[in-house]
Amino acid sequence: MHKENLVLIGNGMAGVRTLEELLKLAPDHYNITVFGEEPYGNYNRIMLSPVLASEKTIEQIMLNGEQWYIDNGITLHKGKKVEQINRARREVIATDGTVAHYDRLIIATGSVPFMLPLPGADKAGVIGFRDIKDVDTMLATASQYQHAVVIGGGLLGLEAANGLMKQGMNVTVVHLLDTLMERQLDKPAAAMLQKSLAERGMTFLMEHSTAEILGQERVTAVRFKNGTEIPADLVVMAVGIKPNTELGKSAGLYCERGIVVSDTMQTITDPKIYAIGECVQHRGIAYGLVAPLFEQAKVAANHLAKHGIARYVGTVTSTKLKVTGIELFSAGDFTGNDQTEDIVFKDAASGTYKKIVLQDNQVKGAVLYGDTVDGSWYFQLMKDGTDVSAFRDTLLFGQHHLGDSGHNPDTRVASLPDNAEICGCNGVCKGDIVKAITEKKLFTLDEVRAHTKASASCGSCTGLVESLLAHTVGGDYSATPKTKPLCKCTDYTHDDIRHGIIQHNLKTMPAVREHFEWKTPDGCPSCRNALNYYLLCAYPTEYVDDAQSRYINERAHGNIQKDGSYSVVPRMFGGMCTSDQLRAIADVADKYQVPTMKVTGGQRIDMFGIKKEQLPAMWKDLSAAGFVSGHAYGKAMRTVKTCVGSEWCRFGTQDSTGLGVKLEELTWGSWMPHKFKLAVSGCPRNCAEATIKDIGVVCVDSGYELHIGGNGGIKVRVTDLLCKVATEEEVLEYTGAFCQFYREDAHYLERTAPWIERVGLEKVKTAILSDAANRKALYERFLISQQPAQIDPWKARADGAEAAEFTPIMIEA
Amino acid sequence: MSKWIEVVELNKIPVLGSRLIKTRDTDIAVFRGSDDQVYAIRDACPHKGGPLSQGIMHGSTVTCPLHNWKIDLSSGNALAPDHGCSNVFAVKVEGGRVFLQL
Ligand SMILES: Cc1cc2nc3c(=O)[nH]c(=O)nc-3n(C[C@H](O)[C@H](O)[C@H](O)COP(=O)(O)OP(=O)(O)OC[C@H]3O[C@@H](n4cnc5c(N)ncnc54)[C@H](O)[C@@H]3O)c2cc1C
Ligand code: HEM
Ligand code: SF4
Ligand code: SF4
Ligand code: FES
Repeated sequence: MHKENLVLIGNGMAGVRTLEELLKLAPDHYNITVFGEEPYGNYNRIMLSPVLASEKTIEQIMLNGEQWYIDNGITLHKGKKVEQINRARREVIATDGTVAHYDRLIIATGSVPFMLPLPGADKAGVIGFRDIKDVDTMLATASQYQHAVVIGGGLLGLEAANGLMKQGMNVTVVHLLDTLMERQLDKPAAAMLQKSLAERGMTFLMEHSTAEILGQERVTAVRFKNGTEIPADLVVMAVGIKPNTELGKSAGLYCERGIVVSDTMQTITDPKIYAIGECVQHRGIAYGLVAPLFEQAKVAANHLAKHGIARYVGTVTSTKLKVTGIELFSAGDFTGNDQTEDIVFKDAASGTYKKIVLQDNQVKGAVLYGDTVDGSWYFQLMKDGTDVSAFRDTLLFGQHHLGDSGHNPDTRVASLPDNAEICGCNGVCKGDIVKAITEKKLFTLDEVRAHTKASASCGSCTGLVESLLAHTVGGDYSATPKTKPLCKCTDYTHDDIRHGIIQHNLKTMPAVREHFEWKTPDGCPSCRNALNYYLLCAYPTEYVDDAQSRYINERAHGNIQKDGSYSVVPRMFGGMCTSDQLRAIADVADKYQVPTMKVTGGQRIDMFGIKKEQLPAMWKDLSAAGFVSGHAYGKAMRTVKTCVGSEWCRFGTQDSTGLGVKLEELTWGSWMPHKFKLAVSGCPRNCAEATIKDIGVVCVDSGYELHIGGNGGIKVRVTDLLCKVATEEEVLEYTGAFCQFYREDAHYLERTAPWIERVGLEKVKTAILSDAANRKALYERFLISQQPAQIDPWKARADGAEAAEFTPIMIEA
Repeated sequence: MSKWIEVVELNKIPVLGSRLIKTRDTDIAVFRGSDDQVYAIRDACPHKGGPLSQGIMHGSTVTCPLHNWKIDLSSGNALAPDHGCSNVFAVKVEGGRVFLQL
């Protein structure tokens, strides 16, 4: 079949979404060619704000890399601007002379920042906020200069200002009016927003109008109409956008504010040409948010695929601000008039404000600040025109007010109807998400994103999607799918398999796979590692560890770094050391020319940049100096952090360092479901931060408090108190017993904190405290498993074990 | 045409594991499946060049140790949802010895 040629001008969000929708409907219909002025694949423009705030990287916001174009047979001309459309010959011509012929053309050239025509606006350092180039400029400026001025206190301006502030600049936001974001917020909400941004260090000049930009080549200051001046090394203009109609106009397409299109997204001048995104005007409106563009994309794709049944009739939009820590939602008409009534809730102390505008018992608009969980519900009521008279009294308290004391989003999303929109950007409803979760057995946010696109654009609904996920797969939901299988290779759960291993005396991986009806011959990286651990835990003296079922860090006994080199961390028991030991480490570092050394948070020394082939020799030298592996690379006992303690510290109540050394001697080498850290503090001042460790010992005058299940990291969890004991011997016994109970009970890759939250502290207390015989048995099993575990893996390899792992084969070819 | 070169004995490659072959121009990972099928692929992940020889092998796939891309060893292609491709080399086993075509 002869394929028609489709050309897309503008490799941005709307254009490429149209192609994605088209490929779903008619993958083979066209030869597709894309021209993009920017030298990249297709990226998520709205995430430039988090990139500027260092919360995301450019890489994380790429939507379709260049490989995507190749895989879909699309010719991508990146970095090429189209300067002419010859409608008579149906050709587009780029500035470098590239010509492409089209049967259908899509114009998706987006918009350009509106730059105020001020004297001096052409100086270096005066930019808009639109693309990767602008973000690069801002980041580069922030690293050299101090003063940033953002003109425009709207959504974009505030996101830019927040990012620049995060980069360490002094930021002043200049706004013409007396309230921020006047198109989205009413005065009280705007005032709360301004206050909280000011508290973070942002400066505001309200009701200021810029007169001139001063400086030589580069901007140095900004002068206002009232005569005042402020210093400026960077000026970001965020006063609005202008549909980019230049090309459309020159091709003779009818334009007003944007290129005018019909309900089928065809230009009204030439039906062979579609236009889409921010460059168009549809029924008088030029949109500046992605949700409408994505709807337009669906319609255009439908027609391009020759289905011919879709119409675009406009979109009602809502807005969220992407500044981490500030929750803000706005939709519809929030100012009201003499026909409308307002319902308002304001709690300045807790920073919450809600206003809902009603007319004839229907929601016309809403502004929420501080607590936005119900935003999507109000937005839904507004779009559906629901009569709210029945629940007007409690409307402000949200959908799930009855008996819900806290702001618990989990229970609130549960009460949303299936047609409630969760992801505004991509128009995904609760029902779609729940269906995808249950039918496709999805368990992670990424999976939900991949299948439904929910939360994949601006990300502000991530919390809602996570709650839905928790609720849908969690234990108390009526439509719960089967409990989560260990991995895709089997239908059985971690617990089924752990019990089965013991009950049926399964001692090898093939035996487990056969018993539990594995669907793959060798398993996958998830289950191989888990099974290897489960078998090792169950049969510590018999099971032969399978090196090929360990992640490379554990196989090579070092952490692989981003360049493929490894790190070496020798164990320093309790963080104690001698000058001889330090000298030995220094000698090794010199001998192997270690490029970087660092004292870790675990109180030992990390040497980076070691080539894999060098590892055994280096270990041999360390081993000769008395060091053993620090297991900094493993799902294993890592370190025992200690404070100074009674030996030197004037507050110390017990010998925390001595106890730390004993604990590390007891536990080192132990393989665990996940990494495992201990700490001992000599008094409740807790200098060793023991209350965020898997086990933390806090010494007191009368003995030792044992705390368990703490975690630092992304989600901090403070430990629970397990008990208090009187002697060091008891500390060791309880610690060993706790380690073993965790080793035998937790799922592989489950740290103590989520494990305790899953099984409950009571279960742990019962196992260890209530039954002394059980505790002693656990401790006994721990000691047995430690015997093989404390054969130092480094020394073994330095002496020749697993030599092939570390020796490449050299070929002269 | 390029010639076959003997690189290693089959039983010196761990089952479901690999050996790293360094040639003058490039590093090549030679993998051995649980069925003794042998694969050779450039030791660089299409994502960010991660050393595939250090990954975990399963079936005829290896998972890259750096960011968990899965690469099909017979074609060199990354499995969905990722996209990318690494060179594969012709490889054969004769009399318990592994030969690479270079
Ligand atoms: C920092 C920032 C934050 C934002 N935050 C949000 C948000 O939270 N929520 C939301 O809904 N929206 C947000 N937006 C708006 C959203 O990004 C836009 O609505 C959307 O990107 C518009 O898509 P588009 O395809 O029409 O244009 P674009 O994505 O701008 O794509 C147009 C592309 O066409 C190229 N082009 C132009 N002319 C030519 C030519 N002649 N030849 C070749 N190529 C050409 C351009 O280089 C550009 O890459 C934000 C925008 C920015 C800048
Ligand atoms: C997403 C979670 C985490 C990741 C990916 C991570 C990664 C790492 C890596 C790769 C190393 C080893 C560096 C090396 O030697 O090459 C390391 C060491 C360390 N991490 Fe983390 N870490 C995480 C969470 C945490 C948490 C929650 C804490 C503290 C509460 C923490 C504290 C430490 C400490 C103290 C060390 C040094 C340990 C030692 O001396 O062996 N990490 N981490
Ligand atoms: S925790 Fe107490 S004993 Fe330890 S160093 Fe701090 S003050 Fe001293
Ligand atoms: S916090 Fe941990 S994971 Fe993050 S960069 Fe530092 S060492 Fe790496
Ligand atoms: S380098 Fe292989 S997955 Fe990133």
